[in-house]
This record gives sequence, C-alpha cells and structure tokens, in this order.
Amino acid sequence: MITRRNALMGAAMTALTFATAARAEAPTKVMTPAAGGDLNLPREKVKLVTPPFVHPHEQATTKGPMIKEFTLVIEEKKVVIDEQGTTFQAMTFNGSMPAPMMVVHQGDYVELTLINPETNTMPHNIDFHAATGALGGGALTHVNPGEQVVLRFKADRTGTFVYHCAPEGMIPWHVVSGMSGTIMVLPREGLKTADGKALKYDKIYYVGEYDLYVPRDENGKYKDYDTPGEAYADTLEVMRGLIPTHVVFNGKVGALTGKNAMTAKVGETVMLVHSQANRDTRPHLIGGHGDYVWETGKFDNPPEKNLETWFIRGGSAGAALYTFKQPGIYAYVNHNLIEAVELGATAHFKVEGKWNDDLMKQVKPPQPIPPQVQGALRKGMIPG
Amino acid sequence: MSAAAETTVLHVHTDTLRNALLGLAAATALVSIVGALAFGLLGPAKEAPTAGIEAPALVELKPQPFAYRPAGDFSQAGRPTNAALRTVSLDRPLAIMMHQVTVGEYQRCVADGACPRVAVDQRAPVDQPMVGVSWRDANAYAAWLSAKLGTTWRLPTDEEWAFAAGSRWHDDVQPEGGVDPAQRWLAQYTQESEREDVAERAPLPVGSFGINDKGVLDIAGNVWEWTDSCFVRRDLAAADGTQIVNCGVRVVQGSHRTYVSDFVRDARAGGCAVGKPPSNLGFRLVRETPAWKRWPTMMARLLKGTVG
Repeated sequence: MITRRNALMGAAMTALTFATAARAEAPTKVMTPAAGGDLNLPREKVKLVTPPFVHPHEQATTKGPMIKEFTLVIEEKKVVIDEQGTTFQAMTFNGSMPAPMMVVHQGDYVELTLINPETNTMPHNIDFHAATGALGGGALTHVNPGEQVVLRFKADRTGTFVYHCAPEGMIPWHVVSGMSGTIMVLPREGLKTADGKALKYDKIYYVGEYDLYVPRDENGKYKDYDTPGEAYADTLEVMRGLIPTHVVFNGKVGALTGKNAMTAKVGETVMLVHSQANRDTRPHLIGGHGDYVWETGKFDNPPEKNLETWFIRGGSAGAALYTFKQPGIYAYVNHNLIEAVELGATAHFKVEGKWNDDLMKQVKPPQPIPPQVQGALRKGMIPG
Repeated sequence: MSAAAETTVLHVHTDTLRNALLGLAAATALVSIVGALAFGLLGPAKEAPTAGIEAPALVELKPQPFAYRPAGDFSQAGRPTNAALRTVSLDRPLAIMMHQVTVGEYQRCVADGACPRVAVDQRAPVDQPMVGVSWRDANAYAAWLSAKLGTTWRLPTDEEWAFAAGSRWHDDVQPEGGVDPAQRWLAQYTQESEREDVAERAPLPVGSFGINDKGVLDIAGNVWEWTDSCFVRRDLAAADGTQIVNCGVRVVQGSHRTYVSDFVRDARAGGCAVGKPPSNLGFRLVRETPAWKRWPTMMARLLKGTVG
C-alpha cells in the first residue's frame, strides 16, 4: 500500500536522477516573470474555465508569438461518478475531469505554474504531449504536496494534444484517476481545409472521456475509500483486468446531459475536441456527422470529411467540426454502444432551429399493416 | 372448511354412493359460500395464514370518480398528441397491497423455487421494496402468491394504479406535436430535465415515502411500479378505432409514467427516453375481486340507468 511517506520517498529518489537539470531551472521562491527574460516576448495570462467550455481565444491571429501563462492547481478529491452514488477517489488538475483545455498558437510558449497544495497526499507532475524533451516535462515538474514548479515549453507544432500526470511508479493510476486534459495549438492563420479554404467555428466544446476502474466488494457493490492511498491496491487489481467499470464523459455518468446538455443552433459550426488519455474510443454524433475531422488531432494533416464515426486512439485528443442542419436532440457517444449505454459514455446536444423536410421527413407515421399484407394483425389478435 | 365436509361425510351411512356424493357436494358448496361471504365481508383484515405465508396488508377502496389520461402513443392526423383527460371510475372495488412487495417476501418465492433469483444486496433489509425485477418476475411472484393463498393476485392495471395513487397521481401530458417534430423532442427533453430529482435513489424501508390520501404507502416514491397495462398506439382520428397493442412493453408507473419492455429489470439505460429513467423497478399487487362483489356496483349503475 502506498502511504504518503512511501510516495514521497519514491519521488525523492527519482528526483535525484534528474537533480542537476532540475536545479538549473528550478524556480526561486518568488514567482516572477524574470525567469523567462531570455525570450523577450510579450506575455499574456490566461484564465482557464471548467470543461466542457473552453477559455476565450482567437482562431486566426495577427499577433506574434507570445508567452502564455497558465496555472494548474492539483486537487485530490472524492467525487460521485454515477446516479447510484458510487464514489471515486479522483486526482484532478483544477478540480475537474477532464482538466481545463488550454488554447495557444503555433510558436507561442506555454509557461505553466503547477501547484501541489499541501492538502494533497501524493507527488504529482505533468507530461504535455505537445512538448519536446524531459518526458514531456514530466521529469522537470515533480512536485510534492506543498511545492510548486514553473515549466515553459514551445508549442512548435499544431494540433490537439493530451496532457496528463505521470509520476514514476504509479503513472497509469494517476491517468485513470482523472488527471488529464488537452492543449490545442492552433495555426496562426486559423484552421483550413486541404485546398486552403478557411474553417471557423462558432462554438467549441471539450469532451474528456475516462475509463474508470472501481473495485467491488464480495457482494458486487462498488467500494468506497477515504483516501486515494487506501484505494490503490484494489484499484490496481481492477486496472490489470483491462475492463473498466465505468466509461464516462467529463467525470460522471450523465455529466453532459439533462440541464448540462451541450447546446447549439441550426447553422452554427461547433468544434468538438475529444480526448482519451488512456484508451481507444470512437465518437459518433447520432443524427449528425463530422464535417471535417482531424481524427488524430494534428492540423498539419488535412481533415477527413463527412465521417459517421471517428477514432480517437488512447493517449490522444481529436477534433471534429460540424455545422448543425436539423433541430432536436442529438446524442454524442462512444460508439461501442455497450460503453455508451451501460457504462456511461453518452452526452447530449439540444439544438434549436427550423426542421428541414428536405433532409428528412416522416412520410407516413407508424400505423397498422394493411389487411391482406403479410404480417397484418388478424382480428382479435394481440401482438407481443 | 374441509372439517365440515369431513363431518358430513362421516355421517353418511351405507346409502347409495350417489346420495353420499350429493350430500358431500351440497355440504362443500354451502361451506364454500359461507366461507367466501365471510372473507368478503371482513374489512381490510389479513387473511388466515396458509403454509407459513402471511397474507399481505391490503387497502380496500370503493369505486369513486377520478381523473385519468389513457397510457400510450396517440396521434391525430399523423401528429403526436395526448389522449384526452377523462373522469373515470373503476367497475369494482379495488383491493391493493398497502406497500410494495418487499425483499423478504420476494426471497420467500425464490426459496420456493417459483421466482427467478434476482441480484439483491445481501445486506439489504428484508423490509425494503424488492427492486431490480422485471414484469415477468412480478408475474411469477403473483402466480406463487395466488397458489399459496388460494386467491388470485395480479399486477394492477394503469387505471387501478392511478386510482390508488390518489393525490400523488401525476398527469403525464406530453408536449403536443406540430409540423416540426424537433420542437416536441426539445420540449420533452426540457420537461424531463426539469423533473424534480428524488434525493435518495437507493430503495428505502417500507413507509419511507409516507402514506397517501388512499391509505397506500410509498406510492410515487423512488420505486417505479409495473402495471399489467400494455403499450398502445392509436390514431385518434381513425374511423374504425383500431389500435396496435404491444404487450411486450408494459406501462410502468411512479412519479411519472413510462413504458418498459417486460424483460427489463433495470431501466437505467432507457424507459424514459433520454430523460431520467426510473431509479428502481418494483411492484405491488391487487387481489382480484370475485365476480359476485361487482354486483352492488353494477346494480347501482343499472338503477341509475348508466350501464357500461
């Protein structure tokens, strides 16, 4: 069992191997921008928002490269993940599953202050799939409870990229406990089709999918734990079976349904960013399509067009654009429908607007099969 | 009952077998009528226990007019609509279980080998409603109870349930459909999203949701109840009044009404479309009223000239 003491010892041992590099760039006690003085670029502080929403940002920009400052505060917390009240020891960046989405432009520098408050029980770090070197930044950002660190990396390539916590000795556990997010690096001239036509979105939503592994007791009921450390051994056993007990969008079964359903209007173009930091998924918009999809999430590749379902490989984030054409209710699902319906991987869209009879029309409503036709009800018969 | 018949038989001498049989038949018939009368005239008391099974606590309700909107899928000129809200009255008194069938009661049926074994939390108290049961499981229980008690038990119809729900009955009126089908879907979705969430989703001990104006416990709480009524689809404008009845799907009642396939035990993934599905599926039964008990109501109607 991992105790706080063990974990801290382990982290300390690992940190020693990177000691030299760490010390050279370790922050001083006062967090001033002085450390980034070598770049001589303008700075912008970005305030992150809770998913599925994304902070305001430009798509095409006329500005030059900047240093974008972000802050993530790590929070270990007990959450409820389904309607039956099943609890879960979650590890999060900024208290949400997924962590907030960051948006910058190609050539920008991302300066992240990562804070691990002393109320937490474990060391954490961060690995940006968009970054280059040091295990994505993981080797340079180990923070024990009570510590913070500042990392800067250059966003040199465009696309949607996962970021996640990855502390040695317990990497998968942190990832499937909720500690992942996405950073989108946009081309400076905005998104384009293969033949150079500009693509703009009116709205953007960020869906973070999680495979969760919750231990059960001898009666088959999900177990409840007071601390992450107490949950570790049992959870690891379920993880090693590779079959999740829950597959959820944004942290909880039904998180993006009912009053929290996503919304749009007919004629609006929506950008849907979908991340899965650990396991494959295949999003599908029931009643709609992916007009332009960067399945792998990398904007240097031309988007695929008119997809019914797209594939997000585990450990990545993809992006899809769709302009709604019909009003009504849509479901946005992981199209392994067992995972969608039985395990929780379903979100909804409420779309306002005018119905288009040209695209679809119920020519005749359901009615009894005419008599003399095969399958018609005979008088006095009750089917089913 | 049988003691009296046996006494009669004992007193028959070596007369012809025919006489003896006649006497036996007469005695049995007489005792049966007396017995039935005795049972019928007794108020909502418990029946005599049979083979260790306690008869369930019943609420007996006399017919009274009540508001009711038929269940099913109705359309008018190809557009979805609601059936009309009517004032109706049952044609016989209703004897309905005071509380939902409990874990303990259902497990006794399972122990007898008459009910399918359904997953139950070993730590669940026996006085909690039995949930996670399908319409088929409920019928297996009803058949077993009927055999045990010698009376006929069955699921209530939707009308009977609505009557027993009293002030807790909820008029499930759907948004009307127009030319644009999406408007109805959006209105339904919003309606379902705004439904008050019951604070506690897990089943609670009998009585936790209180007693209603009919003396019935826990109705329209966090357990939805199976009815015997089938899903019906009807075009209200159709001249011949034909309807499609699908008895593979049954009406489920609770704080709102829905339709669930008869084999489903956990409606979590459906039942109320994209809205909030029933938290729990359980049931309570009605005791079939013997035919003769309907006479007073029928007589009254005849006298008033309002037959049928």
